[in-house]
Amino acid sequence: MSETSRFRSLEGGHGALKGAQTAWDMLSEEQMQKHITTGCEELDAILGGGIHCKEVTEVGGVPGIGKTQLGIQLAVNVQIPVECGGLGGKAIYIDTEGSFMVERAHQIAEGCISDLLDNTAHRLKDFPACPEILQPNSFLANIFYFRICSYTEQIATINYLEKFLEEQKDVKIIVVDSITFHFRQDFDDLALRTRVLGGMSLKLMRFAKKYSLAVVLLNQVTTKFVEGSFHLTLALGDTWSHACTNRIILYWNGNDRHAYIDKSPSLRSATAPFLITGKGIRNATSHCKRVRMM
Amino acid sequence: MILSKVLEEAGSLEPSDVKTKRPPAAATAAAMSNKLISEMGLPASIANVFAARNVLTAKDALSLPEFDLVALLGLDLDQVRSAVARISEIACPPCRTALSLLEDRARSACHLPTCLRGLDDALCGGIPFGALTELVGPSGIGKTQFCLKLALLAALPTCYGGLNGRIIYMDTESKFISSRLIEIGKSSFPHIFQSEGMAQEMAGRIVVLRPSSLSEFTESLQQIKLMILQHDVKLLIVDSMAAILLGENERSTTVQKQHSWRWPLSFLKSLAEFSQIPIVVTNQVRSQNNDEVFHYSFQAQKNDTGKTSERLESHLTAALGIQWAHAVTIRLIFEAHSGQRFIKVSKSPTSPAVAFPFVVESSGISLLSHDGLEVMGAEICTIHCQGHNILDQGTKSYSRIQC
Repeated sequence: MSETSRFRSLEGGHGALKGAQTAWDMLSEEQMQKHITTGCEELDAILGGGIHCKEVTEVGGVPGIGKTQLGIQLAVNVQIPVECGGLGGKAIYIDTEGSFMVERAHQIAEGCISDLLDNTAHRLKDFPACPEILQPNSFLANIFYFRICSYTEQIATINYLEKFLEEQKDVKIIVVDSITFHFRQDFDDLALRTRVLGGMSLKLMRFAKKYSLAVVLLNQVTTKFVEGSFHLTLALGDTWSHACTNRIILYWNGNDRHAYIDKSPSLRSATAPFLITGKGIRNATSHCKRVRMM
Repeated sequence: MILSKVLEEAGSLEPSDVKTKRPPAAATAAAMSNKLISEMGLPASIANVFAARNVLTAKDALSLPEFDLVALLGLDLDQVRSAVARISEIACPPCRTALSLLEDRARSACHLPTCLRGLDDALCGGIPFGALTELVGPSGIGKTQFCLKLALLAALPTCYGGLNGRIIYMDTESKFISSRLIEIGKSSFPHIFQSEGMAQEMAGRIVVLRPSSLSEFTESLQQIKLMILQHDVKLLIVDSMAAILLGENERSTTVQKQHSWRWPLSFLKSLAEFSQIPIVVTNQVRSQNNDEVFHYSFQAQKNDTGKTSERLESHLTAALGIQWAHAVTIRLIFEAHSGQRFIKVSKSPTSPAVAFPFVVESSGISLLSHDGLEVMGAEICTIHCQGHNILDQGTKSYSRIQC
C-alpha cells in the first residue's frame, strides 16, 4: 500500500481501522463540543468551559465540601435547553451513599431556571415551549436515579447502562456519587478490587465516547502517609488515579471553597473559588452578602 | 427471639394506628445481589456451566472481571458478555426519576421534627427518614438530652406532631435515664403527660437495649432489621456509636479498626434506606494532635506563626474518622465556645453550615435563637470545647436560662 492511499483510507474517520479518527477531525469535533456549566464562571474557566462530554472527570473532597452539591448541580445544568446555550440533555444519577436529596435538587432546579430567565430572557422570546420545559418538576423528571446498596448492584447497574443508554439517547451526563463507598466498605481482596474498578472505569469511558456524554465520578478522601507526614488524598489508591481523564479536588482554602485541577491532559493545573448558595453552585466573587459571620 | 417479645410487650398501639405491614423491602434488596443465577432465565447450557464452577449468585459473577470469568468458565467472551448483561439487568436496582422520588416524599411524612424551629428549618423539616444523622460533641454537652427528646417525639401520637411509633434506643454507655425521659416529657408536653396512663404508654414504646460488646451490638442489629419492618418502629438511636466501635478495638491496629467499622456502617445505612426511618447515632470526640490537621500535597504548608493562640485552644475531632464522616448524611456538631453552647449543622445536603446557640432546660434542649449564625470555612468542621466546664454542667444539673 502506498503512502498516499494509506492516508486516504483513514480520511473521514473510517477505513481499515474501525472507529479511528484523525487528530484534525478530533480537533474540529472538540471545538464544536458544548460543555456542561458548573454554575460558577471561574470554575468553568479553569475547566475550559465546563465539564467536558466524552471524558471521565473525577471529583474528590472532604466530607461536606460540596461533592454531592456539584453532582446535583451538573444533573440539573445538563438540562439547560439548547436555546439557552445548554445541552438540553438528561442525566443519570447513581447514588451509592443515599445522599441525593430530592428537595435540594428541586431548589437547585428552581435556582437554575430563575437565573436562565434573568439572563437569557431576550433569547427565549422566540421559544414558545419554554414555560412548560422551564419547570423544576420537568427538570426532575429528566434525572434518572438509581439507588445502589452494594458493590454488586453498582457493577450490575453500570453494566445495565449499556442497554439503558441505547434506549435513552438524550442522556448527556452520568454522575456516580460516590464511586468509592461500597468498594471501600465491603471489598476485601484489594488486588481484585483494583481490577474490578478498572473494568468499571473502562466501561464508563466507553459510554462517554460512544454516546458523547460526560461521566462524573465523586470520590471520597483518605489520609496517606508520605515522606514523614500525613496527607489527604483521594481514595481507592494509585492505580485508580489513572482511571479518570480529569481529576478535580475540592478543598477549603481558609474560609472559601476552592476547586483544584489535579490532573488533566488538556487543562493547566489551576484553582478557582466557588460558592454554594441556596440556588446551587455560583460565582464566589459576586456573592450575595452574608447574613452574619461567626 | 427475645427482642421480638420485648417489642410485642412494649406499649401497644391502638388498632386503628397499626398500618398495613410494609413489604419487607430490606429482605428483597439483600436478596438482589444473592439472587441465584440459575433463576435468571439464562440458556440452560450456560447456566449449568456457572453452576458447575460454583458461580452461583449475581455477586459471585459480578465480582470477577470479564476475562477471569472467561478463563474460569471456559466459555466464549461473547457468551460470557451476554450472560453478564442478563445477570446485571436482573441485579440492577430499579430506575426512578427524581420527580417520582419527590412525589413519594410528598405523599408521606419524611422528617421527624426536632421541635427546635431554627434547626428544623435548616434541615427542611427535621431529622430525615431513610438517612443516617450523626451527633458529635464532647461529653455532657447535651447529645443524650437531644436523643431522649427525639425518642419522646417519635413516640407521641400523630395529633401532637409525633410519629406514633416505637423506638429502639441502643444505649452503649448506660446514659439512658428513664426519670430524665419522663421529666423532659412532663415539661415539654404537660397536657399529654398529665393525662392518665400516658406517661407509661409513651415510655413503654421506647425499647432500650444495652449491648456491651461489638458482637452483641452486631447481633442486636440483625434482629432489629426484622423487627423494624414488623413492629412499627419509627426511630433507631445508637448512643454512642463510638463507644461500641472504639471500646472493642483499643488494642487492635488501625487497619483492623476500620475493618470492623465497615459492617455496622453500611448495615445502618441500608437499614435506614429500606425501612425509611430516621437513624440517629452519636459520636464522641477526642483531642487532635496539631500534626493531624491534614492538607493535600498540592497545598502549601500553612504558616503556623500567628496561630499559636488558636493552638492553645483545645482542638477536638470526631472519634470516628474521615471514612465515617463521609458516610453519614447529616452531621450535627454540639460544641461550646464564647461561653455558649451551639448546635452546628456541619454536613447536610440541604442546608448551609449554620449554628444555633442552645441551653439545656428541664424540657430538654431549647434554642436561644432561631436565626442560625452562618459558619464559614474550616470552622464548619472544628469542634470547640472552650469555656465549657463539663464538671459544672454535667448532664444532671440543668441551668435554667430565661430566653
